Amino acid sequence: MSPSRPNNLVSLPPSSRNSFNLATVFCADDNVPQCVSYINQELSSLGLSSWMEASSAGGADLRAVPALNAFFELLQIRRRTVATLEELEREQLKKSSTLDHMQMSNSRLRDQLELSIREKSGLHETERQLQLKIKTLQSCLKTEKEEVQKLQSIVASRASQYSHDAKRKERESAKLKERLSQLLVDRRDKKLAIDMLNCLGRADGKRSHWKTTKVTASHEAQMYKSMLRDYEASQRSLMLENAELKKILQQMKKEMIHMLSPRQPACRGAGADDSQEMLDSDGEEKTGDSSREILDRSCDQAREQLTNSIRQQWRKLRSHMEKLDHQVQNQESNKEVIPRETHENEMESMRREVQQCKEFIHTQQQLLQQRLNASFDDETAELLNGCYTLEEKERLKEEWRLFEEQKRNFERERKYFTEAAIRLGREKKAFEEDRASWLKSQFLNMTPFANRSRCSSTDGYSTLSIRSEPETRTSSAKSQLSKSSNYTSFSTPETAPAQRATVPSTSELYRTLRLIPDSGSSGCSNRGRRRELSSTTDDERDSRVKAKNRVYSGDLSIFSLGEDENSRT
Amino acid sequence: MNFSEVFKQSNQLCKVSPDGIYLATCVQYRLVVRDVSTLQILHLYTCLDQISHMEWSSDSQFILCAMYKRGLVQVWSLDQPDWHCKIDEGSIGLVASRWSPDGRHILNTTEFHLRITVWSLCTKAVSYIKNPKACLKGIDFSRDGCYMALAERRDCKDYVCVFVCDDWHLLRHFETETQDLAGLEWSPNGCVLAVWDSCLEFNISAWHQHTAEAIFLYKTWLWPHHKNSEQYKVLLYSLDGRLLSTYSAYEWLLGVKCVAWSPSSQFLAIGSYDEKVRVLNHITWRKIAQFEHPATINNTKVVVYREVEKKSAAGNDELSLDNIRMGSTLLSSQSKYEIHPTPFQMPVVRPDPDRANPKIGVSTLAFSSDSRYLATKNDNMASVIWVWDVQKMSLEAVLEQTSPVRCFQWDPRRSRLAICTGNTKVYLWTPAGCISVQVPGDGGFQVQSLTWHCHGDPLILLGKEQLCLCYTNTGTEDK
Repeated sequence: MSPSRPNNLVSLPPSSRNSFNLATVFCADDNVPQCVSYINQELSSLGLSSWMEASSAGGADLRAVPALNAFFELLQIRRRTVATLEELEREQLKKSSTLDHMQMSNSRLRDQLELSIREKSGLHETERQLQLKIKTLQSCLKTEKEEVQKLQSIVASRASQYSHDAKRKERESAKLKERLSQLLVDRRDKKLAIDMLNCLGRADGKRSHWKTTKVTASHEAQMYKSMLRDYEASQRSLMLENAELKKILQQMKKEMIHMLSPRQPACRGAGADDSQEMLDSDGEEKTGDSSREILDRSCDQAREQLTNSIRQQWRKLRSHMEKLDHQVQNQESNKEVIPRETHENEMESMRREVQQCKEFIHTQQQLLQQRLNASFDDETAELLNGCYTLEEKERLKEEWRLFEEQKRNFERERKYFTEAAIRLGREKKAFEEDRASWLKSQFLNMTPFANRSRCSSTDGYSTLSIRSEPETRTSSAKSQLSKSSNYTSFSTPETAPAQRATVPSTSELYRTLRLIPDSGSSGCSNRGRRRELSSTTDDERDSRVKAKNRVYSGDLSIFSLGEDENSRT
Repeated sequence: MNFSEVFKQSNQLCKVSPDGIYLATCVQYRLVVRDVSTLQILHLYTCLDQISHMEWSSDSQFILCAMYKRGLVQVWSLDQPDWHCKIDEGSIGLVASRWSPDGRHILNTTEFHLRITVWSLCTKAVSYIKNPKACLKGIDFSRDGCYMALAERRDCKDYVCVFVCDDWHLLRHFETETQDLAGLEWSPNGCVLAVWDSCLEFNISAWHQHTAEAIFLYKTWLWPHHKNSEQYKVLLYSLDGRLLSTYSAYEWLLGVKCVAWSPSSQFLAIGSYDEKVRVLNHITWRKIAQFEHPATINNTKVVVYREVEKKSAAGNDELSLDNIRMGSTLLSSQSKYEIHPTPFQMPVVRPDPDRANPKIGVSTLAFSSDSRYLATKNDNMASVIWVWDVQKMSLEAVLEQTSPVRCFQWDPRRSRLAICTGNTKVYLWTPAGCISVQVPGDGGFQVQSLTWHCHGDPLILLGKEQLCLCYTNTGTEDK
């Protein structure tokens, strides 16, 4: 379909309308076929089915149905177009309104733009003004500064001027004073006078002397003398102080050397620098010794040397101290960390143990309580009692056995004693007889030497009697023993002192008498005596005592064991 | 502690003779000489006018009484009561009068410091020393009395003249390197002369004398133009005029305020406007210690004594009963010392910047007789006395009084410091402790000043118009 066709179509109807207007009708009887064809054409161009056949050119046979259909369709189309037209119109209205709106906003924005432009220009203006102001201010400042400088210089010049003035014034016043005094002198002030009853003597009683060069020289000398005195005094005090300080320095040095020297061998293997240091100090000691000699001369060199050496020693000491400090710190850090941990661990474990023990005891107590209170039936009670009595019985039996043994021992001992007593009595009797016979013979033979014999005899007698007295029970045994052992020497009185020295001890006596009381001691009462026994019996007895003690109650056993330990240590 | 009865005196003129036997007091135009031990009047002399200055001669034989208004000096003798001597300075005027160390010469300074007239009592001879400088301590005699140092101003320069006191022979005359010499002092051994510059230079003080504040300002930017001007300057000269050392701690600030030698001549303490005391040693003349006077004391080793006033024990009832009698005692309330724990804040007074000689800095220094302690007073903490241990070179004690300290002095024999604050109490400090003693007297004896007797006891207390003696060594104390 060419677009020219609708144009033609459009263009045609007006003409046709015109023609219609002219002709008033489109279709007339005469032009029906044309009209039909025209309409057909038009319809086909509109895309509608042509309802008139070209073939049916008769024209008269217009079929109504397709025509009506076409008509309806046309109407439909028309309605649709009208609707779209309306819609378009509406849309156009809307568009125009938006356009208006846009235009308005546009104008507004334009106004704003103008305003802002105006503002901007205003700001520019103010900026310019401010800059101008700054410039003026800067210039002002410059002028002010200049003024200040000027003023400063003015002030300074004034100051100098015033000082000059002041000086001038002072000079003037001095001049005035001069003039005044001159005038006063010239006027011969009558009032200026001294009125005194009589002149006084000098305070030191001397007469005043004339002013001569000699006197002035003496004044000088006096002055220098006093100065010298002062200097000497100060020098002396300084020297004293110096000496004191030197002494202190020396002592310090000595002490330092002393302090440093014993560690040197220890440090010898420590390191290269240490050995170096040591060498230094060795060298220094020598210089120190030499400097000490120089010191007395108190020259600068010696002082320097001394101070230097002191300084070095001090440095060394300090480094040493630091080293020691480090060591101590290290040791402390090493020592302290580990023991604390172990200690804590130990403590923890011990605590745990104690806790366990406590728990154990507690459970035991509970069990005991339960057994005593709740489940105290006869059977268990009897059983328990039976157990206890059995234990008791066994213990008693054991004790009984021991007791029996002891008893037997006692018996044996007693028997020994009685036998010994009998023997002693018999021997004593023999001895008495011997002595009587001996005394008799002595008395008969040596009457002139009665003195000596008596002396010796009393001596021997007294020794015997005195020795035997304290131990009344064993006296018989002792005398027996002394007699038996020293019987041969007894005949010679010269050996009396020696005899006295060899008075046997109780233990010896016992040994010789074979009266060893190996079972005779009751408990631990004869402990001291037991000590004196021979080693073999001692061991034997110890073991026995232990065995015996074990039988006794717990407390006693603990005590005896402790005692044993003590005795052993 | 015992007190004598109260005697009259005027102008605070009361002096013990150098030998410690006599006590001379002036009452208007009368001179009264008493025995110190019995306090009985031995002599009474009448002068021509009210006495303005009184001084004992070194041999305790003569007393000089100066009447400055009249330009007169009268001398009295103890041995010969009828002996008299009158020196008239005439129309030239008199501003100062003093004995020479030998006690046979009198040095009169005339008005305007025109000259010093030396009158000899031996020969009636008169000699003049011209151009003495008008300064606080322009003249000083050495301790042995041999030499006199005199500050001299000539041709706008400072000079020091050293005279031999024996015959007034000018031994040395040398220019000092000072802008404006303020004072000079011999060391106690008489071999070193300390000379110090004024806190301000002469020309500047003349210029800005009414604005002390401006001093600080001007110094910062004006003074660089004067390179040769230093405020803090102490110079040390030997006897023969050689400059031994110069010490200057800082520049452009107010400088030296006071200077004191230790009795052993070992130390020279310099108090200055920066609230510090600098101690120089006698060998190198360098600073060995610096004692600062901070407003807060933090050192725990320092003992801080604080005077606390307590109300009298009498209650209100008693007060109402006899109001009149209690009046006087109420005025003089009791006080005692309390030891304050050490972070201690001092009462500090800001100096008035609009006045000359601002009340700031160390104004008074005193070494104890054994050179062991140094007592100082800082002017902006006027009620506080600082006691420094010279051996340890550290602060020993701080005494805070309730009122500003007027005067303090060391016992010439012991380490004992007496302090008065213008109230009715006298305060004593010893290394062992501190006490406050009420001075008995009707109407309140207000202690303005005090001096120790040269033997250490008694202590002479001077009120406005009275005096009394305070005996510290009572029998019980000796035990």
